[in-house]
Amino acid sequence: MPNFVMSYLGSTVTPGQAGNQFWALMYVLIIFAGVSVAVMAMNWLERKALAHFQIRLGPMRVGPHGLLQPFADALKLMLKEDIIPTEADQFVFWVAPLIGLLASFTVYTVIPFGPSQAVSDMNIGILFMLGVSSLAVLGIVVAGWASNSHYPLIGALRSSAQMVSYEVAMGLAVVSAVLMTSMNASGTGTLSMIGIVQAQQQQGIWFIFKFFPLGFIAFAIFAIAMVAETNRAPFDMAEAESELTAGYHTEYSGLRWSLFMLAEYAAMIAVSSIAVTLWLGGWMRPFPNLLQAPAWEFIFSLFPGLTFAGLAAIAFIGTARMPAQSFFRVQRIGLAVFAALLGFIALLLLVIAVAGRTADTSVAARFREGIDYVYWFVLKVAVFMYLFIWYRATWPRYRFDQLMRIGWKVMLPIALGVLMLTAIVGVIVS
Amino acid sequence: MNPALNSAAATMNTGMAPVATPWFFYALAGAAVISALFVITRRNAVHSALALIVTLLSVAGLYLMLYAPFVAGVQIIVYAGGIMVLFLFVIMLVNVERSSKERQFNRIWPVGLAAACALMALFVSALVKGRALFPERLVKLSEGTNTQDIAKALYGDAGRMGQYTFAFEIASLLLLVAILGAVIMTKKKI
Amino acid sequence: MSISEKGNPNALANAVSNLDLDTPEKPYLDSNELIINMGPQHPATHGVLRVILKLDGEKVLGTECVIGYLHRGVEKIAENRTYTMFNPYVDRMDYCAAVSNGLGYCEAVEKLMNVEAPARAQYIRVILTELNRIASHQLWLGTHALDIGAMTPLFYTFRDREEILKIFERYCGARLTTHAFRIGGCQYETYAGFEKDVTNFLSFFAPKIDEYEALLTTNRIWLERTKNVGVISAADAIALGVTGPVLRASGVKWDLRKAQPYANYSKFDFEIPIGENGDTYDRYLVRMEEMRQSMRIIEQAVGGIPEGPIMGKVPKVIKPPVGEIYHSIEAPKGELGYFIVSDGSTQPYRLRVRPPSFVNLQALDIMVRGLLIADVVAVIGTIDIVLGEVDR
Repeated sequence: MPNFVMSYLGSTVTPGQAGNQFWALMYVLIIFAGVSVAVMAMNWLERKALAHFQIRLGPMRVGPHGLLQPFADALKLMLKEDIIPTEADQFVFWVAPLIGLLASFTVYTVIPFGPSQAVSDMNIGILFMLGVSSLAVLGIVVAGWASNSHYPLIGALRSSAQMVSYEVAMGLAVVSAVLMTSMNASGTGTLSMIGIVQAQQQQGIWFIFKFFPLGFIAFAIFAIAMVAETNRAPFDMAEAESELTAGYHTEYSGLRWSLFMLAEYAAMIAVSSIAVTLWLGGWMRPFPNLLQAPAWEFIFSLFPGLTFAGLAAIAFIGTARMPAQSFFRVQRIGLAVFAALLGFIALLLLVIAVAGRTADTSVAARFREGIDYVYWFVLKVAVFMYLFIWYRATWPRYRFDQLMRIGWKVMLPIALGVLMLTAIVGVIVS
Repeated sequence: MNPALNSAAATMNTGMAPVATPWFFYALAGAAVISALFVITRRNAVHSALALIVTLLSVAGLYLMLYAPFVAGVQIIVYAGGIMVLFLFVIMLVNVERSSKERQFNRIWPVGLAAACALMALFVSALVKGRALFPERLVKLSEGTNTQDIAKALYGDAGRMGQYTFAFEIASLLLLVAILGAVIMTKKKI
Repeated sequence: MSISEKGNPNALANAVSNLDLDTPEKPYLDSNELIINMGPQHPATHGVLRVILKLDGEKVLGTECVIGYLHRGVEKIAENRTYTMFNPYVDRMDYCAAVSNGLGYCEAVEKLMNVEAPARAQYIRVILTELNRIASHQLWLGTHALDIGAMTPLFYTFRDREEILKIFERYCGARLTTHAFRIGGCQYETYAGFEKDVTNFLSFFAPKIDEYEALLTTNRIWLERTKNVGVISAADAIALGVTGPVLRASGVKWDLRKAQPYANYSKFDFEIPIGENGDTYDRYLVRMEEMRQSMRIIEQAVGGIPEGPIMGKVPKVIKPPVGEIYHSIEAPKGELGYFIVSDGSTQPYRLRVRPPSFVNLQALDIMVRGLLIADVVAVIGTIDIVLGEVDR
């Protein structure tokens, strides 16, 4: 095998650090594909979960239990007529969704799925993330303007005003988390994402629990601000249907609109990943320092396989419960195949977990470690995704001026207070 | 020159070895120059603003190449993400049609051209005459500890005041006055 | 461009000057002011209602409602139908709460003819009317919450409303426009299992109101969106003729079931919930409590339906004596009144309906002065209008 492929395997740094461009590109492609799949899954989950909250079933026809619905939606959107208003600025109209997409996807280069499973561990990682996600605002402003219509412009200005306001609170919450990374013996913190998770590992505590309740309040501020950043309920006044202003993506149809939705979901996953990295210990399994015995390692390494086994079991039960008429035969077969696929993945993961159960540097052990890191990270991010949907189902939406008031008069002072208290407590304790 | 920066310069920069530096430099610099040209030649103000964003992002890339990642990050956050959003807000709220029908270039453009040529002559002569000085005067920044070095210069280190602490505090006081002034001038009633 | 249908540019500014309420300082359009049109096609106006808003930025300075998009000439039709033939038409006015429309009409004609429905019919009437009140309030709650952004209560209330509609369907064959009552009593005897169904519904529904309240009543977002939004004082409400939960939420204890009892309501023991501030939140609380009180009435009624005939002594061809009558009932949305002028023939000479939504809608102007656009949607929802009733 060529040198540039083999030289990276077995490395303990990210491809960016190792200077291996091939693997950096590979990671980028994997992340791109993974995020696209995740966005489709998120689309399905949103419709299903929202429906179940509202005592209905959601998509059931396109594929068993609507599993193929996102594909049908994507296909439909691609085949739709591409309508561009005649008075709209053609170039800017075309470029606007791309700016949002660029901003949302570039953040993924710094997100660490494991201690060496990131595209590049920039040592200004968190700063880079804050900067690039603030570019998303530009996409929205430009999209609203390019539509050359009164209501999208108002909606775009409102959305961007809201995003800019909550970026401030988000940034301050991030600063207090970064501050916590410096509470170690040498007194230096780090802005790099992998460094932040390793600081949590070193200090033996997830930052959400550090200096309780300060870490928790900072996390709560970030969690609320990230919902407002992505224009999700209860902060979605700018794109609500029952209001007069219709939102910045009104004039976009078909594939362009789906690019906006892609950017929105990708941004949701990105900011959830940030929250997980900063406060919830990133890729670490629960209690890495407390329960350190090899037995515990083995038990926790079974989790990925068991999760997929559980999902396979649910799919099998769904297959069994489907009505027996011939009308449902194709769906039944489809769901059974899906269940079998999940079961196969579960089996594979269990085999890897068992084969790599000793912590040596064999291939199986490294595979197992890598899978475990990615699994715990994705699990925590998935919890956040579910919370996004839960918020949307449960709560009414804030009026726009109330939303801005909360961002500036509630979030910002609390974030500042938490930052100062964290600094003071950190100095006192050390 | 200044002791703080020189001690940092003594540290070798850690991180990835630079790759294809000339190519990246020419690409980024070319992008910066071309989009700067677009800024001043577009009739549509929003096109100019978008081109300015590209310029600022290219400059951020150039900062990265100079082993100053913190400045690059701050450039993206403050300039591209903050100031350009403000520009775009203002452009969109101001009557754009009127300005797009005005003259594109000023009538006394030869004077501007002469001034620009004079400035370029100054730069070129500085480069040519002072070429010998550059390699040793050039401060090699440490990429790995760039953020820490800036922090030490701004905030101080281990009980000593940093070199720019006083200026930093004065600047933040100025910003506070500006914010207060803006709030007072625009509120309808206090 | 004319600002209003009347063509008078000062119509908005001087709209309610005779009520001595706040008017905008300048009756002409400032450079900041904007006239915006909401509807008639709009997801939040509960029907075909057109609201012209005069805005200062986002603040509402005044409104004007343009109605008539659903006008079907019901009152004119009444002059060409016999009293019995007109009975199904009244259901179509307030189609969300059709049973009470029928009750008001039948009682008005009975009063004109000096007949009284027998006791058993009156009990059945009360049970169905109160069930209908619960159904109407559930529909109101679902759509109001949806307008404010809470998507889920809509589905919960509609699911629970199904039980009531099932009872209606079993009783008279129709879910929505029930045509349940006849002049002189009821046509249909209660079906076998009616009492059991109603009692089951009561035990099914009691925890559901708590479920709705758990979702909304103490929710901070709901409180921020509804407290002090759309305030109307008691004096203004009485001056405008507002009735129903809107009036009661402003603190006026006036309910026709207690003030001018009809259909044996005096026999039942129930409370009239009133509010304090007259804002959207109080109207929400009043209607939730009204649902509970309706359950109380139904419980008492279904426990003791007397035996007897269900139809009074009414001739086959209904020819009321010459005269006129105004009879009103407490419909879920307010005072629903029928003014019938009879000239001795089988068809009414004039039949005028006093719809509660029509009169309550006038209060929209007062309520939204000074609020933001997003609040206009909330206030239209809280007045609880049905355009079928407003336009007839």
